[in-house]
Amino acid sequence: MALYHTMARIRAFENAAEEASKGGVAAFGASLAQAKVRGPLHLSTGQEAIAAGVCLNLEKSDYLTSTHRGHGHTLAKGASMERMMCELFGKAAGFNGGKGGSMHIADFSVGMLGANGVVAAGIPIAVGAAHAVKIRKEARIVACFFGDGAVNRGPFLEGLNWAKVHELGVLFVCEDNRWSATTATGTMTAGDGALARARAIGVPGEAVDGNDALAVDLASRELLQRIRSGQGPQFLHAITYRFKGHVSVDPGAYRDGEEVSRALENDPLKSMEAKMDEGEAAAIRREAETEVQKALEAAAAAPWPESKSAYTEVQDAGGGLWR
Amino acid sequence: MTYAEAACDGVRRAMQADERVVVLGEDVGRGGIFQQYRGLQQEFGAARVIDTPISESTIMGAAVGMALAGLKPVVEMRVVDFALCAMDEIVNQAAKARYMFGGQGRVSLVARMPVGLWSGSAAQHSQSLEAWFAHVPGLVVVAPSSPQDNRALLEASIACVDPVVYLEHKELWGLQGEVHPEKCPIGKATVLRTGKDITLVTWSRTVHDALAAAAEADCSVEVIDLRTLWPWDRETVLASARRTGRLLVVHEAVQAAGFGAEIAATVAEALAVPVRRLGAPRVPVGYSPPLEDESRVTAARILAAVNAFGQL
Repeated sequence: MALYHTMARIRAFENAAEEASKGGVAAFGASLAQAKVRGPLHLSTGQEAIAAGVCLNLEKSDYLTSTHRGHGHTLAKGASMERMMCELFGKAAGFNGGKGGSMHIADFSVGMLGANGVVAAGIPIAVGAAHAVKIRKEARIVACFFGDGAVNRGPFLEGLNWAKVHELGVLFVCEDNRWSATTATGTMTAGDGALARARAIGVPGEAVDGNDALAVDLASRELLQRIRSGQGPQFLHAITYRFKGHVSVDPGAYRDGEEVSRALENDPLKSMEAKMDEGEAAAIRREAETEVQKALEAAAAAPWPESKSAYTEVQDAGGGLWR
Repeated sequence: MTYAEAACDGVRRAMQADERVVVLGEDVGRGGIFQQYRGLQQEFGAARVIDTPISESTIMGAAVGMALAGLKPVVEMRVVDFALCAMDEIVNQAAKARYMFGGQGRVSLVARMPVGLWSGSAAQHSQSLEAWFAHVPGLVVVAPSSPQDNRALLEASIACVDPVVYLEHKELWGLQGEVHPEKCPIGKATVLRTGKDITLVTWSRTVHDALAAAAEADCSVEVIDLRTLWPWDRETVLASARRTGRLLVVHEAVQAAGFGAEIAATVAEALAVPVRRLGAPRVPVGYSPPLEDESRVTAARILAAVNAFGQL
C-alpha cells in the first residue's frame, strides 16, 4: 500500500511536470515564454517502482544521492512535493530557492544530498558520505542511485572499488532503463553488464525486475540488511524501462515502436493495481492527483526569487560581483 | 622549518583542534611524496589519514561527500597536473553544490595540488593552472611562497567554509624559513619590499625571483606577494599602483590568459596607469634544459622587464 502510494505520487508528479514543461526547451525552438517549467526535464515515468521499493527500506537519517532523473527518489525519500514543484517552477519557495531546478533538487532535511547533472557524479559523493559515516561511527547507510549509462564512466569503477576497499555502507542502485540518452546502452557496453562489473570488484548484489515494486522492496530489504549488519557495500541491478524520451521534449522516435508498446504494457503501477482492491487504488490515485494539483497551484502562485539572491550562497571568502 | 614541515605542522594543528578534519589521498599514510603529511597517520590513525587508490575523481568526489556529511577533508591531489583527472568533481561538484542546492550543505575542504615548473619533469608535471580555478565561482585559490605563509594559510584554508584550491610549489618543499604563531587571513597580500617607481605583483616561487630582481633594479620596485589569488587583495595592489604609477605582474604560469591579465586589467581600469605582464610563453614545458629554460620566469628575465618598464 505504501509502495503504491509512493508510486502514484511520483507518476502524478511526473505527468504534471511534463505538462507544465511544454515549450520549455530553447534548443527545440520554443520561446520559453509559456512554459512554467523551463529547461530539460528528465522524467522517471515508468521507473517508479525502484524509487518506491528501495526508499521504503531507508530511514529518514539515511543518505541518498540521485541523478538528473531524480524526482522519484526525492519524493520517495520523504521530500515535500510542493517544494519540489516550486523548485521546478524556479520559485523562491523551492528546495533550492530557484538556484537548482529539476537537475539539482536536494533536500538535506530528509538526507537527500542532491540530484546531479553529470552522469555517475553522485557515486563518489555517495562513497564520501558513507566514508564520513564510517569515520563518525554513525548508523546511517547511503543509497546511491545511478543509471545504466553511468557504468561506462570512470567514477563507477573508482567509486565501487573505493567502497569495497573501505567496506562502506553503500547500496548502489543501478536503475537500468536501457537507454543512455538516445543510445541503447547495450550497444555501447561490453561484457555482462552492471552487476557483473560490480561482482568483479567484489561488490555482491542482485538483479531484480525493476518494474515489480514488491520484488524491489524484497531485494533492497535483504541487501540493506546485509549492509546494516556490516557486510559492506551491496549492488542492486533493477531493470526497467524509460517510458518517456531522454528529456520531456524528446519523443524517443529512435526507439522501436514495438519495444515501447511492450514496455508500456508492463507498467509498474498497473502491475500493482492488479494485486490491489480497485477502489482502494483509485482512491490513492485521486489523493495523489489532489496533492499534485495543490502543488501546481502553490508553485504558480509563489513569488520569484529576488534578483539579488543570485549573489548569495556562492562562497564566504570572495563572493560578490567582482566587476 | 621547511616549507613541507610547516605545511605538515599546519595540518597537524588543525587535526588536533578539530576532529572533523581528515586527510585523504594517495600515499598520505607514508607521509606523502613530498613528506608534507609526515607522521600524521602515526599520530591520528589510518581512519583519519586515509590512504586511497589512484582515483583522483573519487578522491575529490568522496571529499565532497564527506564535506556535505559534515567533515572537513584535506584532499591530496599530488600535483595540479593530476588534479585535472578530478575537474568535474572540483568545478561541477565542490564549487557548485552549496549554490545549486540553495545554501543546503557546505563543501568545506582544502584540495592541495602543487603547481610550478618541476625541473626535468616535462609537460605533464610542470604546470601552473591557478587562473583556471580563480575563474570558477565558488572556489578560493591560495598560493603560499614561504614556510610561514604555508603553515598559516593552510590553517586558515582548513578553517574556511569554502572549497579551497591550495597551490603549494613543487620546488619550494625544502625552503627553510622561520615559522611563528602569527595567523594569515585568506585574501590578504603582503608587501615584501617597498618602492616608489614600480609595483610588482607576484606569488608562489616567483616571489623569490622577483625580490632578487628588485634588489638589482635600476629603479625602486615595490614587491607584493599576493598569497591568495581568489579573493585577491585589490585594495593593497591598487593603493600601491596609485602611488608608484606603474604595475608589473609576474607569474610562472603561461602569460596568455593568465591571472596576471585580470590584475593588470583591474588596475588599468581603476587607475589608468601603465601595466605590464611577464609570464611563460604559451608552449608546453619541454624536457631538455634548453627547452625547459624557455619556460622559466627567472630573476634575470624579471630584472630585464623591470628595467625596461622603469625607463618609460
